[in-house]
Amino acid sequence: MSTAVEKILSRASGKEVTAGEIVEAEIDVFMIHDPMGALVEDALNEIGAEVIYPEKVVAIQDHFIPAKDIESAILSMRLRQFHRRYNFGAYYEVGKGGICHVILPEEGHVVPGDVVVGTDSHTPTSGALGAFAVGIGATEMAAAMALGKLWFKVPPTVLIRGEGRFKEYIHAKDLILKVISTIGTDGANYKVLEFDGPAIRQLEMDERFVLTNMSVEAGAKTGFISPDDVTMNYLSNRARRPPRPAYSDKGSFEEELQFDVSSLEPLVALPHSPANVKPASEIDEEIDQAFIGSCTGGRLNDLKAAVKILRGRKISERVRLIVIPGSRKGYREALKMGLIDSLLESGAAIGPPSCGPCLGAHLGVLGPGEVAISSSNRNFRGRMGHPDSKVYLASPSTVAASALVGRITDPREVVS
Amino acid sequence: MIRGRVIKYGDDVDTDVIIPARYLKHGSDPKVLSEHAMEDLDPEFKEKVKERNIIVAGKNFGYGSSREQAPLALKYAGVKVILAESFARIFFRNAINIGLPLMEVKGVSKIVDDGDVMEVYLEEGRVRIPSKGAELSGTKLPEFLMEILKAGGLVPYLRRRLHAENSDNSG
Repeated sequence: MSTAVEKILSRASGKEVTAGEIVEAEIDVFMIHDPMGALVEDALNEIGAEVIYPEKVVAIQDHFIPAKDIESAILSMRLRQFHRRYNFGAYYEVGKGGICHVILPEEGHVVPGDVVVGTDSHTPTSGALGAFAVGIGATEMAAAMALGKLWFKVPPTVLIRGEGRFKEYIHAKDLILKVISTIGTDGANYKVLEFDGPAIRQLEMDERFVLTNMSVEAGAKTGFISPDDVTMNYLSNRARRPPRPAYSDKGSFEEELQFDVSSLEPLVALPHSPANVKPASEIDEEIDQAFIGSCTGGRLNDLKAAVKILRGRKISERVRLIVIPGSRKGYREALKMGLIDSLLESGAAIGPPSCGPCLGAHLGVLGPGEVAISSSNRNFRGRMGHPDSKVYLASPSTVAASALVGRITDPREVVS
Repeated sequence: MIRGRVIKYGDDVDTDVIIPARYLKHGSDPKVLSEHAMEDLDPEFKEKVKERNIIVAGKNFGYGSSREQAPLALKYAGVKVILAESFARIFFRNAINIGLPLMEVKGVSKIVDDGDVMEVYLEEGRVRIPSKGAELSGTKLPEFLMEILKAGGLVPYLRRRLHAENSDNSG
């Protein structure tokens, strides 16, 4: 009786393993990006080692791009030079890719059963494809690249079972905020959150990625969703390698928690914690900025949801609405579908695929006392700019409705 | 043994207050990181850390980002060891990998006060607070993580290991 993650780590370490054991697992995908690439290469040089499987490395420019100043230009140059030195399996230049957690799945770099490491805490996003995907630091990445493998403590798995059906204007974001506020910011520390049940199975991949991405906001080592027809359809014209699906056996979970999504309302995480959650309808707060973008809010589905609220209407005069598609592909799709034109018509500023203001780097940094509502995943103090600014987290529907009204708004209040 | 005075914080000290993302463009520059460590949470930190070098905190210390600059900033600022009720997992690994000792000690945030003097015995997995006559056990690190810490971090540890393997091969 094993969990899917135990099976994946057994395969990757060449022996039967169970939760609690420390194993060395072979890595299938190594993901690095501009803020950490230079640190990884420096550590590698100091160790005096080489990247042994450059073909398994995916390098992506996404954080401080297009370069906002000389320091970030240097970080981008370093990642570019690192790629040229080794000719990595894939490299995404500014304009040709997007946010790493959107790109890895979208471009077929991850398949079910993979072990994925990335120098970014939201690497668990790819777990929605049935992979074991974890975030690590730069030094550890250097070691993993040098050895081709990395040590893991095999984590136990908690099952989050979604019952019922999502109502209109309710998103995966609302469910994951509910989960985080229920179990707390460290409720899943060192564990896997596996999502299953009829409510999860009805979600498209774009929504599923939000669940695994934000598992880390509950402290999880990773999030996981076993593959089904939705997964396989998504992968059919992208997967670069054959899948090795793994499924959890019944009774292998450390704990099972049930959430009925039918009763979910549009939720908002208040400053300064993703676990500080209330219904949007109970919050009385004017906003200065609304952000639709990031690895939990910049996919095509998110842009569609925003346009569904905003089409033919103008946003509030007091609000800047910043929309940043998560990838070039998503951007082009949105253009073809007329979504970008509609958003521009409503008053949005459109940015180039990148992390944007999510982590307060650029393209919409907040000033002192400013308030933003965002479809991103973190609202720590100072996350999006000045330490005295405030960030509220919500679904793209709730962000769009709030941009329309100028204050935090339940999207159901602005649709007839 | 590490002996020093305590700077105390609460639960969920996140990576974005340990070192805000606006400084990440400077890579791992020790001057920038030590200058700005903890500034969004505790503007006095820079002064405090001159005389106190043990951080004691509540649960989930280092919550959030995978940025290795978080433990680096604390290390460069002069922190010698972090003791907390619990740590976020990526921060925990990063701290060991860059050679910053840390230990999970249940109850530490309840007994220890800001400014207390503490003695930390990492290898034995225990801490003492002499002024209170108190002693607490912590979670001892697995042997191989202790080895990494003793080597000064993962880089020197691996450099030595790979070098030893190479000389074995040639010999």
